[in-house]
Amino acid sequence: MAELTVQGRVAVLKPRVFAWVQDYGVYAAVLALLLFNVLFTPHFLDAANFRTQLVQVTPIVIVSLGMALVIGTQGIDLSVGSVMALAAALVVLYLGYGWLPALIVAVAGGAVVGAAGGALVAYVGVQPIVATLALLVGVRGLANVLVPQLVEFRNPDLIALGSSSVAGIPVIVLIAAALTVVVLFVVRRTTFGRQVVAIGGNRSASELSGLPVKRVLLTVYVISGLLAALAGVLATARLQASDPTSLGLFIELSAITAVVVGGTPLTGGRIRVLSTVMGALLMQLLSATLIKHNLPQSWTQMVQAVIILAAVYATRERR
Amino acid sequence: MNREQVSRILQQHGAMMVLGLLVIVGSLAFDSFATPENAASVVVSSSFLAIIAIGMTFVIISGGIDLSVGSLFVLGGVLAAYGSQYGLIVALLLPLAVCGVVGLLQGLVIARTGMAPFIVTLAGLLGVRGLMLAISNEGATTYLVKNRAFATLGQGELLGLSYPVHITIVLALLAMVLLQRTGFGQNVYAIGGNEQAAAFMGVPVVRTKVYVYVMSALLAGLAGALNAARLSSGVTILGIGLELDAIAAVVIGGTLLTGGAGGITGTVAGVLLLGVIQSLINQVGSLTSAFQQVVSGMFLALVVVAQRLLSKAQRLT
Repeated sequence: MAELTVQGRVAVLKPRVFAWVQDYGVYAAVLALLLFNVLFTPHFLDAANFRTQLVQVTPIVIVSLGMALVIGTQGIDLSVGSVMALAAALVVLYLGYGWLPALIVAVAGGAVVGAAGGALVAYVGVQPIVATLALLVGVRGLANVLVPQLVEFRNPDLIALGSSSVAGIPVIVLIAAALTVVVLFVVRRTTFGRQVVAIGGNRSASELSGLPVKRVLLTVYVISGLLAALAGVLATARLQASDPTSLGLFIELSAITAVVVGGTPLTGGRIRVLSTVMGALLMQLLSATLIKHNLPQSWTQMVQAVIILAAVYATRERR
Repeated sequence: MNREQVSRILQQHGAMMVLGLLVIVGSLAFDSFATPENAASVVVSSSFLAIIAIGMTFVIISGGIDLSVGSLFVLGGVLAAYGSQYGLIVALLLPLAVCGVVGLLQGLVIARTGMAPFIVTLAGLLGVRGLMLAISNEGATTYLVKNRAFATLGQGELLGLSYPVHITIVLALLAMVLLQRTGFGQNVYAIGGNEQAAAFMGVPVVRTKVYVYVMSALLAGLAGALNAARLSSGVTILGIGLELDAIAAVVIGGTLLTGGAGGITGTVAGVLLLGVIQSLINQVGSLTSAFQQVVSGMFLALVVVAQRLLSKAQRLT
C-alpha cells in the first residue's frame, strides 16, 4: 500500500519535474555556472572579464533572436552566417559614403537575402532547410566575390560603434539588449507575434482561419536576415576589419543551439525569447569556464554536444 | 507520354540531363575540358564526397538528416593515419569501428527517443570534432601514414583511375541494389514516406533507422580513411561544411528532403554536377573559387524550385 502511494507520487512528480526543467532549466544552469565561477574561477568578477564575455556572445544573441522567430514558425534559417559575411563585405564597400549609409546598405542586403529565403519557403513551398542551405552556399560565395580577402578599415565612427561604451557597458551589448526587448515585445504583445506562433503551431488551421500565412512567413525570414546583417556589421566594427571568408562561419549552429537549449521546440508553435538569450549565454559561459580551468577546446565541444542532447531530451514533446 | 510521366522523369533524371548538357557545353567552349586528364581529376576529387553522399541518400530517403558526416570524415582520416602504424587492417578497422559506434549511438537516440535528427546529429558534429581534436592533441598532431599498402589504397591506379574511384563505383552499385532490390531498401522508402503507416504495416522502424545512421557514419569514416591514404596523412582541418555539400548533392540529385523518394543514380549525378561546375569555373581561369559557391547555391535554389513545381504537377494529375 505504502509502495503504491510512493509510486503514485513519483508518477505525478515526474511530469512536473520535466515541466520545471523545460521552463527554468536554462536559467538554473546559467546560475549554477555563474556560482561555480564566482567560487572557483580567479578574477571572474573583474569587469574586464565580464565585458569580454558579453561582447563575444553579442552577435550570437542577435542572430538567435531572429532564429527563434523562424524556428517558432517550424522553420530554420541556415543562411545567417553567410548573411553576416555579406554584411561585412557590403559595409566596407560602401564605407566611403559614411558609416550610416554603409550600415543601411548592409542591413538592406541582409533583408534581401532573408526575403529570398522567405519567398522560397512561403510562396514556392520549398523546405526551409533546403531554401536557406542554398543561400548559405551562394551568399557566402557572393560575399567572397565582393571582398576576396580581409580588409582593414580606419573609419573612426564604425570603429567606435564596435568598441565604445556607455556607463561602462559596451554599445553593442546595449544594442543586443534593446533588440531582445523589442523581439520579446513583438512575440508577447503584438498581433504579428501571435500569428507567428499560431502558424508554427498549426499552419493549415492558421490558413483556414484567414491568417496571412505567406506574408508572415516572408516577414519572419526578412527579420532574421536583418538581424543577422546587423550582427555582421557589429562584429565587423568590433574586429576593425571585414572578413567575409570566416565571419559567421557555423553561427547558424550556435544560434540553433541557443534557441533549442532555451527550450523553444524545433517543431514550432512556441517562442521563448529570454530563454534563447539565456541559452546563448549558457554556451558562452560554458566554453569560457572550461577554457579558464585549462580544459582544451576538444572538451568544450564534447560537453556542448552533451548539453544540447540533454536540453532537447528534457524539453522534447511528451508523446 | 502524359504530363505526370514527364515530370517524374525530370524529377528522377533531371540532374543527369543537366550534367550531360554541361559536359557538352563545356567541351565545346574549352579545349582542355573534355580531356581524359580533366575527366579523371573531376572524378577523383568527387569520389570522397560521393561516398558520403551515398550514405546521406539513405538517411534523407528515410526522412532524416545527418549533419555529423563532415566531422566523421575528419575523425576517420585521423584515426586511419594513426592506425596505419599498426598495419593495413588496423588503419581500416579503427576508423570504421569508431565511426560505426558513433552512428549506432546517433541512430539509437533518434529512433528510440524521437528527438529530431537535425539536433542529434548537430550534437554529433560538435562531439565528434571534439573527439578528433582530443586524439590529435587539439589538432596540433598530424599523424602520417606509415603503411605502404594503406597508402596504395588511396594512391594506386587501375585503368587510369585511382582506387578510390573504383571503390566509389562498387559502393554505389551495392547501395543501388540495397535500396532498390531488398526489403531493407523498401523499408527505408516506407519510413520516409509515412513513418506511422510503415510502423502499422510491420516495418521495423527503429532497426531500419539505426542501420541507416550506422551506414552513413561508416561511409563517412571510410571516405575519411581513403582520403588520408591519398594524402598520406590525417589532416585535421578538413571536412568543414562537407555535410552541407553532401546534402546539396543529394537534393540536386532529385531526392526529396521530405523523405520517401529518391535514389543513388541521382545522388552520383548531383556529386558529379558539383564537380563539373567547379571544373568549368577552373577552366574560365579568371574566376575565383568563390564563384563556384555562388553558382552551386544558385543551382541548388533552381533545383529545389523545379522539384517543388514538378511535384505540384504530379499531384495535380
